[in-house]
Amino acid sequence: MANIETERHQLKENIIEMMHLVESQLTKSNDAFARQDVGLAKEIHQIESRVNALDLSIDKMCENIIALHSPVASDLRFVLASFKIVSYLERIGDHADKIARYVRKKQIKKSYEKELLDSVRFNEMFETAIRMINIAIDGFVNEDSSLAHKVFTEDVVMNNIYKASCYQIDAYTSDVIPNLDRILYLFSIINKLERVGDLCKSIAEETIFYTDAKIVRHQKIKKPPG
Amino acid sequence: MENQDKPDNESSISFDFTDRVKKIKLETKMVNVYYGDQQVITNVSLQIREKTVTAFIGPSGCGKSTFLRLFNRMNDYIESFHLKGQVFIDETDIYTNEIRVEDLRKNVGMVFQKPNPFPKSIYENVVYGLRIQGIRDKKILMEAVEESLISAALWDEVKDQLNKLALTLSGGQQQRLCIARALAVKPTVLLMDEPASALDPTATAKIEELIYTLKQDYTIVIVTHNMQQAGRVSDKTAFFYMGELIEFEKTDEIFINPKHNLTERYITGRFG
Repeated sequence: MANIETERHQLKENIIEMMHLVESQLTKSNDAFARQDVGLAKEIHQIESRVNALDLSIDKMCENIIALHSPVASDLRFVLASFKIVSYLERIGDHADKIARYVRKKQIKKSYEKELLDSVRFNEMFETAIRMINIAIDGFVNEDSSLAHKVFTEDVVMNNIYKASCYQIDAYTSDVIPNLDRILYLFSIINKLERVGDLCKSIAEETIFYTDAKIVRHQKIKKPPG
Repeated sequence: MENQDKPDNESSISFDFTDRVKKIKLETKMVNVYYGDQQVITNVSLQIREKTVTAFIGPSGCGKSTFLRLFNRMNDYIESFHLKGQVFIDETDIYTNEIRVEDLRKNVGMVFQKPNPFPKSIYENVVYGLRIQGIRDKKILMEAVEESLISAALWDEVKDQLNKLALTLSGGQQQRLCIARALAVKPTVLLMDEPASALDPTATAKIEELIYTLKQDYTIVIVTHNMQQAGRVSDKTAFFYMGELIEFEKTDEIFINPKHNLTERYITGRFG
């Protein structure tokens, strides 16, 4: 049996690999969107399979450390943090892949006007997201909590851009579609409900893991008939 | 020891809400213990509240068992033993001439690593201390046997065979019998020196459940090498190293976020 130091090292190496893959998904989704590059969008989807595989294998590593080494103190905190970090990374990868899907499936028929993108600070938001993931990665790799704190500052920027974007879109389209903000809010609610559905699915997946010792995450589920 | 690893000269004592509502049961003030010229405990001051479980952990030879045995003066049997500082139980210094050691040990029961029942019946084992006190009334003795065996979670298993030789019981049952024997003389403090280290996991679990239950009525101090056991049974944990008290904190703090580098290294198995 490997000692816990070795297990921790391997776990960290795997998480760093997953971090870099997810960071590349996010960066590439920005480029794919900007250029409406279908090839690049497909590449992002291919990376997604590797990210999902790492998600499962890292979870397994965490389980093994807990079951075989009974970690305490910084070992325990590291494993607990790893469990959560991996789950967040997997979700970021999912989001990047979903952004790329709009490009892959050519759902955006016409390029967005520069004026619109500028008014909602779209590029700034994308760049902030990429900067945040890079700072978060550096914080984890170097075990530097000051970098982790920097992410909080960047998140304030993100939140401000997000809040302002709804008003900007409304203002931009007010001539053609009055009160678009109502529709945007409705879509936002629909989007959140869809996320609730996803999270409920995650709870169900973890219940199956607990009760049946089976991992059903990242497996294709047959659509119900009808 | 590296500079950063050195503990403060005297250990600091932290308090939580539980600390404030329960009175101090055991206390040491600047305790130093010597065996001849060799110092084995250095400047240890701590307070243990009543009806709590405190675990003493640390590598072999760190002084935890010596420190535990201060509270019932078991070290007095060692010829070269010498104490500086004060040890209090219920605010009374137990190392003064006025203290009768027999009375002290009636109040402070002890359970050892290896179960050590006498080669007598279960009944006689439990009443042993009471007989020494001169109690002869059979009704009182029987009541004490039942009460002590119930408290030690052994009554249901042995109530129909009280005359059976104690040595025929399993290791776990023998250890619970020793606990019952200690409880029969109505102590308020129970000292346990690795009470489950010779037992299998099932018997260990029973002893741990028992410790948890006994906490309602007794102040318990347990020496253990089993980190998980310390985590499961104790409210507070004291980490000793080379005769010094390095850290004394709530057990979950010690095992999740130890303040001292030495504690971290010991509990994560990175010593040496």
